[in-house]
Amino acid sequence: MPTNTLNGYSFEVDNEGFFEDREQWSEDLARELAALIDINLTDEHMKVLKFARDDQAQTGLTPTLNRMNKTGGFVVKDLFALFPGKPAKKIAWLAGLKKPTSCV
Amino acid sequence: MATIPEGFIIPDFGSAPAAAGGTAPAASSASAPSTYAGPRKISFICSKGNLDMAYPGLIMANAALGEGVEVNIFFTFWGLDIIHKKLNKKLRFTFAGNTAMHMPELGYLRPGLENVSFPQAMANLPGMTRFGTSYMKKAMADLGIPPVDEMIDLLEAAGANMYACKLTVDMMQLIEADLKGIKGVISATDFIELSEGGQIVFI
Repeated sequence: MPTNTLNGYSFEVDNEGFFEDREQWSEDLARELAALIDINLTDEHMKVLKFARDDQAQTGLTPTLNRMNKTGGFVVKDLFALFPGKPAKKIAWLAGLKKPTSCV
Repeated sequence: MATIPEGFIIPDFGSAPAAAGGTAPAASSASAPSTYAGPRKISFICSKGNLDMAYPGLIMANAALGEGVEVNIFFTFWGLDIIHKKLNKKLRFTFAGNTAMHMPELGYLRPGLENVSFPQAMANLPGMTRFGTSYMKKAMADLGIPPVDEMIDLLEAAGANMYACKLTVDMMQLIEADLKGIKGVISATDFIELSEGGQIVFI
């Protein structure tokens, strides 16, 4: 299993780079990671990441955008604005979760 | 942007819009010369109005949007029902003509029955389509897939460009206000123009 190191943090990842162990995540690490993909983590971002982590703790699955909308009450448009391009994957990665697998 | 350390594995989030990345069209496709050289895009043509044929396009379009791919959807002929405000909650699924219709639940009745296709002679009995429709809606809901009208909302929020076919709108005597989530009523020619350079999926 590859290990990523970044500014003193190290965490195990799968072949694509997603976290293997959610416990190796921290808010400060999320900020460092976000800088790599040109996102400046605000409270709005953090709210999404926290929801994703809480939801994953309950269901065992990384939430999809539809679930974040239905269960978390986030507006899909906002999620695309906060995490442009590939929001579900970016949220999963920044929240220290596995790659999302559900279709919708 | 901070620099990525050496040996650091980072998921593929696509390239910055300016740079040509993995999602750009392959440069080697010299056999089909195109003037288009932008980011990846996919166009879906939804032409069926059955419940089971509405979902494939919507689900794939949603997946493409989540991958940062530009998505155009053209609703034509019976596919127009998918975006029709009064009809898209009432799309139906029928066993008739569908020889691939098996029901996993029947396997609990007697092992093997789950692989037997539904007898076509029974598919046209009164109430069968109603039963099939509610059965399918329940199966989708159990998997967390939203109903069709909510899928349209989801796609619109995710930035899909949806269009209705002008010929069909005229033929069915509809007006734009009957339809939901669309950017406009356009002709087939317009759609071919705006789908240039992308992949086209006909459903």
